[in-house]
Amino acid sequence: MPETRVLLEHAEDPALRTIEGYRGYGGYGTLERAYREMEPEDLLKELEESGLRGRGGAGFSMGKKASFLPRGEMQKYLCCNADESEPGAFKDRELMQRNPHQLIEGIAIAALAAGAGHAFIFIRGEYDSQADVLDTAVAEAYEAGYLGENILGTRRDLELVVHRGAGAYICGEETALLDALEGKRGNPRLKPPFPAVQGLYGGPTLINNVETLSNVPRIVAHGAEWFRGFGTEQSPGTKVVSVSGCVRRPGNYEVELGVPTRELICDLAGGPLPGRELKAFYPGGSSSPVLTAEEGLDLPYSFEAMAEAGSMLGSGSIIVADDSVSIPHMALRTARFYHHESCGKCTPCREGTNWTVKMLERVVRGEATPMDLDIVASVQENIIGHCLCVLGDSMAMPVGAMVRKFREEFEETIAAAGEASRIAAVQAPAETLGAAT
Amino acid sequence: MSELPVDRAVSEGRVPERASEGIPELHEVGCPPELRERIEELMGRYPDRKSASIPALWAVQRLYGWCTPEGIRQAAAVMRVTPAYLESVASFYDLLHTEPVGVHKVAVCTNISCWMRGGDRLLDAFRAAAEDAEDVFVSGFECLGACDIAPMASIDERYFGPLEEADAASAIAQLRDGAEVLPERALERRPLAGDVPRAAGGSDA
Repeated sequence: MPETRVLLEHAEDPALRTIEGYRGYGGYGTLERAYREMEPEDLLKELEESGLRGRGGAGFSMGKKASFLPRGEMQKYLCCNADESEPGAFKDRELMQRNPHQLIEGIAIAALAAGAGHAFIFIRGEYDSQADVLDTAVAEAYEAGYLGENILGTRRDLELVVHRGAGAYICGEETALLDALEGKRGNPRLKPPFPAVQGLYGGPTLINNVETLSNVPRIVAHGAEWFRGFGTEQSPGTKVVSVSGCVRRPGNYEVELGVPTRELICDLAGGPLPGRELKAFYPGGSSSPVLTAEEGLDLPYSFEAMAEAGSMLGSGSIIVADDSVSIPHMALRTARFYHHESCGKCTPCREGTNWTVKMLERVVRGEATPMDLDIVASVQENIIGHCLCVLGDSMAMPVGAMVRKFREEFEETIAAAGEASRIAAVQAPAETLGAAT
Repeated sequence: MSELPVDRAVSEGRVPERASEGIPELHEVGCPPELRERIEELMGRYPDRKSASIPALWAVQRLYGWCTPEGIRQAAAVMRVTPAYLESVASFYDLLHTEPVGVHKVAVCTNISCWMRGGDRLLDAFRAAAEDAEDVFVSGFECLGACDIAPMASIDERYFGPLEEADAASAIAQLRDGAEVLPERALERRPLAGDVPRAAGGSDA
């Protein structure tokens, strides 16, 4: 199966990173047309009709989100969420590294549509190399008059700042991102009010993912109909999918939404490692409920098909586990991550992630009983929907699914580890069970 | 019940040992001019100067190697916030260090995809290779967003992978010699995954 490269078109050319290279492929032509000839209402209409859904995880209509911002003269903001921290996701890194100007053009057009005068790219601090690329590209765009005051003589202004985070998964949550951008600890806020009404510095704020905004220039250039020519009715467009884990050719592949998941994993990503079989996969990053190979491989890779199967497309990141991977250990690894990254503001998440880790450690050490698995499952149920943000849910959904779908393996692990530890009469130190820090 | 001892702090209130620290004055903190200029420039980028707190702490860390108490006081004096405020921010984020760390930083990813491909063994190999190297700070780290090159590590803020255990010793030696680190493993030099010829069998061949 070939890729359908739209966002990654010409991405193999290193010159694309420079403004001359980007303009050589027609870049910034859409920005010029939008700023000179188009009204914000027309832009919003085009974006809404395109059906572009947010590529950061929630999959909400980008045009609708933008239209929620109040009209009129006031200080409004646009934030590009480049805090890609979901385990399994690395597509925004590729898009920023290879085509930073596509993102900048998208931000400038979206800011025009939303009436925002200030825009920020919040990039995770670990992406130092990509932030350097963006810094250079933003400076070039200022120099060329695509950013700053009186853009192209149209008397419209846009300031764009690249803001580096400092290492916290929670800052990918939109309200925590706003707090971090305001110079605070990245704690999520109570919603409502939603950021579209009261966001950064209390002003209306549009927050979109890198890939979402990178789609904007082409949608405005070619129209909503063109965009809907890709993908499915409910999931229009292409998607850069990050495939990793136990596959031969891990990497980013751009495909039309709705392609068979099997072709993504087994054809593009090369399928299982020699002598191995696929066992299960996270279809949309580590926070998506795990699907078994039988359940998931024949599904179309779209927002609606993944939701119908009880999981989600999320950020579009597939992590593949083969038959050598222990699901209880994978559950523990997943839980440890969310425990480490929980900001501690809400009790169900702070305590729930902590106790889930402790209970799963007992499982893999063979100290648990099958009844403990029921407790693990019930803890997950008591986290979901009970916190300010979805970080706790992001652990509860995959861990809950693993315990439910691989219950037998959990019980076997408890029995085998219990037997082994009775024989060895030693306990593995926590370190060897995969403490990240 | 009445005989349970009651903490004095509960019955009388806690008496602070010293006055709470206010915003330090610039002339008290000995802030190097280049740090002051850098932070002032950063504050100018934002509608609200407080937004510069993370970038200011990055600047402190770049200058001193970590967020030293003196560095935090200097940044606080320039930003007109309390040192406690900046410390609360610094302690929240994994990349801002409130304790001394080495000159070189190696972060080995131990998250799901890297774990599946041997991330734990790679971390052990780096720890062993850096055992006598006080200037190299090795840590396990959560997903760095490079699962395509698993198992991988971020070495002085640049990504390398997929790595084998033997690469750890080479990387540490190169760091200490001031040589280019693992040039053939650098993420920036990789083509798009779909452009790697199939005959080569991908990265795991």
